[in-house]
Amino acid sequence: MLKVDCVEKSYKKGGLFSREKQKILKNVSFECRRGECLGIIGESGSGKSTLGRLILGIEKPDRGTVLFEGKNIQDRKVRVGNISAVFQDYISSINPFFTVEEAIMEPLKGQKEIQSKIDHLLNQVGLDPSYRKKYPHELSGGEAQRVCIARAISTEPKCILLDEATSSLDVSVQTQVLDLLKKLKKSYNMSYIFITHDIQAAAYICDRVIFFRNGQIEEIVKTEHLKDVQSEYARKLLQMIITF
Amino acid sequence: MNILEVENLQVTDMNTGQIIVYNSSFHLKQGNCLAIVGESGSGKSVTCRSIMRLNKPWIHQSGDIFFKGENVNHLSEKEMRKKRGKNLCMILQNGMSAFDPSCVIGVHLRETLAAHFGWSNQEIETKMKKAMESVMLKNPIETMNKYPHQLSGGMLQRIMIALALVLEPDIMIADEPTTALDTISQFEVIEQFIQLRERMGCSMIFVSHDLGVVKKIADDVLVMKDGKIVERGDISTVFSKAEHEYTRYLVSTRLEVSNHFRKIMGRV
Repeated sequence: MLKVDCVEKSYKKGGLFSREKQKILKNVSFECRRGECLGIIGESGSGKSTLGRLILGIEKPDRGTVLFEGKNIQDRKVRVGNISAVFQDYISSINPFFTVEEAIMEPLKGQKEIQSKIDHLLNQVGLDPSYRKKYPHELSGGEAQRVCIARAISTEPKCILLDEATSSLDVSVQTQVLDLLKKLKKSYNMSYIFITHDIQAAAYICDRVIFFRNGQIEEIVKTEHLKDVQSEYARKLLQMIITF
Repeated sequence: MNILEVENLQVTDMNTGQIIVYNSSFHLKQGNCLAIVGESGSGKSVTCRSIMRLNKPWIHQSGDIFFKGENVNHLSEKEMRKKRGKNLCMILQNGMSAFDPSCVIGVHLRETLAAHFGWSNQEIETKMKKAMESVMLKNPIETMNKYPHQLSGGMLQRIMIALALVLEPDIMIADEPTTALDTISQFEVIEQFIQLRERMGCSMIFVSHDLGVVKKIADDVLVMKDGKIVERGDISTVFSKAEHEYTRYLVSTRLEVSNHFRKIMGRV
């Protein structure tokens, strides 16, 4: 469904007049199937968020293409309503002047029966309809992230990109949000692209994981086969996890 | 022997009249590591900052904090400044905001060390170099000539630990030192903490919401919820035979993810 083909991206490095460029992504190709949850695991600075922005079509790749159902993601018409995103920073993801219902309504402009839909959406993410009139600063981290998820699923997209969506939440809330995501995936039959540095969370919800390092794919492995990873980097990463 | 005793600490926000920490008492034994766990907003960080007396002016604290028998809560600001860093050292969550962004790291380090020990620049450089090498920073001199934004979160965290190594504090307070880090840096920083304890035998207060990390490093644990201490005790008993419902909830949610991972990895 989503196909990333030989994508490259570099940014200008250094000062205003510097011509030096730093390559962030080097020849990245992979595919995400319908209804699949694909994890992208990497250290900070490995370029995984840049890859996320390219998948969303917010930025243009220098080379290569990102195709969504065979069409280029650069085209707004391809993106709209089909792909949405949830980011790490839940505070800055919601306009502080909007109430919860306005925030969720934002992508639904021009549709009928919005009002009843909002109650349904809030129910879906485990929030009470009484939250409708609240402002973002009145919400806790977990609640704000749930509102972001409600907004993301409001257009019933085929794919959601989650960029470190659970990383800044408490461990106990993290589990709740992960369970919620699992449940929603079943009922809406969506694909997830789950970008994270937390391997345990990725293993909890993903079907396949990509180990990402220095802008390159080190290894793609099915979650069931996580223990027989081949590459040295992936093995080192798995050894370093602090389990409970 | 208890190096730090906190008795009936109550912290109030004077602007709203809200009580942030209720009447909490606890103590830290010499050479021990005490972990404070809880969800965000439970008052863990405020408790730490109260011990350092670094809370905002409108946040009022009452109660007694005895450090080696001396009541810290009644010291003047000038005396307290001498204690900070030398006796009580704090490692913060976000390395980016802990260092002065307008000058290179070395300047900050030099200022701190000169204030406490009055060493010459040369002495500071050799001591810092040794400490930074011991926390696996490869080019100490080069790193000291960099600005905070040029370094990664893990590196800044390690520089903070290196500074603590040189200061040799009696108590180290680490406020969520690994939360902002990725898996590899987290592992390395925790290793550094464990080594630091072995080398210096200093007492430590370790704040975190990640129970996995806490289990690895701490001896005793306090569980906080909404400003109250709901459970305390030895780490293995608290996590295996928790009495309070909230502790059980924290442990079970963590186990859910961990167990799934272990099952996949075949480490049952």
